[in-house]
Amino acid sequence: MSGVASRAAADWVGFKTILIREFGRIVRIWAQTILPPAVTSTLYFVIFGSLIGRRVGQVGGHDYMQFIAPGLIMMTVIQNSYGNVVSSFFGAKFGKHVEELLVSPLPNWLIVLGYVTGGVIRGFLVGTVVTIVSLFFTRLGFAHVAVVVSSAFLTSFVFSLGGFINAMFAKNFDQISWFPTFVLTPLTYLGGVFYSVKMLPGWALAASRGNPILYMVGAFRYGFLGTSEVSLRFAYVIMIGAAVGMFTLAVVLMNRGAGIRE
Amino acid sequence: MQALLLRQLTKTYKNGIKALKGIDLEVRQGDFFALLGPNGAGKTTAIGIITSLVTKTAGTVEVFGHDIDRELAVAKSCIGIVPQEINFNQFESVSTIVVNQAGFYGIDRRIAKQRAETYLKQLQLWDRRHSIARALSGGMKRRLMIARALMHQPALLILDEPTAGVDIEVRRSMWEFLRKINTEGTSIILTTHYLEEAENLCRNIAIIDGGRIIERDSMVNVLRKLQAETFVLNLRVACASAPLIAGFRAVLVDDHTLEVELTKGQSLNDVFAQLTAQGIQVDSMRNKVNRLEELFIRLVDSGAQRAALGAHPVTSGVAP
Repeated sequence: MSGVASRAAADWVGFKTILIREFGRIVRIWAQTILPPAVTSTLYFVIFGSLIGRRVGQVGGHDYMQFIAPGLIMMTVIQNSYGNVVSSFFGAKFGKHVEELLVSPLPNWLIVLGYVTGGVIRGFLVGTVVTIVSLFFTRLGFAHVAVVVSSAFLTSFVFSLGGFINAMFAKNFDQISWFPTFVLTPLTYLGGVFYSVKMLPGWALAASRGNPILYMVGAFRYGFLGTSEVSLRFAYVIMIGAAVGMFTLAVVLMNRGAGIRE
Repeated sequence: MQALLLRQLTKTYKNGIKALKGIDLEVRQGDFFALLGPNGAGKTTAIGIITSLVTKTAGTVEVFGHDIDRELAVAKSCIGIVPQEINFNQFESVSTIVVNQAGFYGIDRRIAKQRAETYLKQLQLWDRRHSIARALSGGMKRRLMIARALMHQPALLILDEPTAGVDIEVRRSMWEFLRKINTEGTSIILTTHYLEEAENLCRNIAIIDGGRIIERDSMVNVLRKLQAETFVLNLRVACASAPLIAGFRAVLVDDHTLEVELTKGQSLNDVFAQLTAQGIQVDSMRNKVNRLEELFIRLVDSGAQRAALGAHPVTSGVAP
């Protein structure tokens, strides 16, 4: 094989190629990837922020609109990161073009990283769009930019991995919609996006403490507002732990060929 | 140097089906090799294992001396695969598909674009480079998969029924292209159901059936083993019944068509001499089926009988 400098250089080119393909896919189907979150978030801001929010008053020392804006951005990041990878990788399995990667010399960990980075790119793209939309409805400061970026990145990374693992096991389109519908959406809605967990009764507060999305949203909100309902350190432990654990799991599954090799 | 070396390659699927029962195979560098067998014989499983799409149960696979258990990435770099089923993203453009595939093998994008132009032109797809893949015809899709497989310039090209469903004109142009890249040094393994294709293109051949190699030899030697051939003679004047040709089996298919079977050692001159003596004139003549096809059917049938009796498969040396 000619035209290749070294294995590491070849892997880097391969990784960039996966990203180019994933980015190309996001842009090609922009009406499915970028536009809907902008429309949905606008509706959320109008209904929950402007109409209902006026009656709610302040939450955690902030206007209700300011309080929910980081939550809505994070919810969009979570759903889009997950949705991007699960549909892209399952689509590649279903259309068999995943074989283009499987027969190539790219290592499995790099294939996982390529797809997951594609999910992170979409998460950040739609996150930026929703942030811009939110600025039409409320003032949003950046109290700790590093926390905003790092918590968004880690959360997006974790849920992109979730989408990847889901796609590996999925055998049909029902199985890629089951987890987002029955697990991811309820956990997100109950993860303190629309309300402060301090409003909850004792048992519900205790149950919410077991929801990892609560910590992700909490850390992200701290980055914008400078106040948090959760321990920032514990939030990072959860996010980094989940990212490392799920990445390891995804690579192990790829090495075993779960759902992709006979 | 062996382009491909299989030793006791075995595959048992989870449902218990033994697709490969310990096959040994050698394909020399520069060879144009035919791997034939009926549906379900184990060809695609063997190719799947070589390209790492299927996990082997036992045995070894070496590609240009690189064991897939120890040097998988290097072994993969040596192989280009044209699968049986369409497996590119049908929503991507032709050029995107081939350039991206080069990228997965570590080929710089600038070089990939140059190669894309070369191969797409050679396979008459350059004018369609901006087309979405699903808009291509069946033959174009097959040629696109060949172009894609060549983008990293593999030393070994494996084609799993590359001309299935392709019209004769396109098939012949694909043959010419494959001959050309083989002449330029690419080793080729071909599976096909068009045995005329294998006979025309390949120098060596293996026949696989029931997960075992039942024949392995040069194409010339294999064809020499053909014990009988049937010829179809078109008669100038209608005959009411089959003429008697001493020593030959003759069947009148219709009043102008006569089938004559020749076994090894018999001569067509004898047939014509007897027909001429009876005043029967022959306008034209052809083989009833392709010679390799005839042999293939006989081998597979006898292989099935041997398997039923528990005998070992027949193998012999491959000619250079």
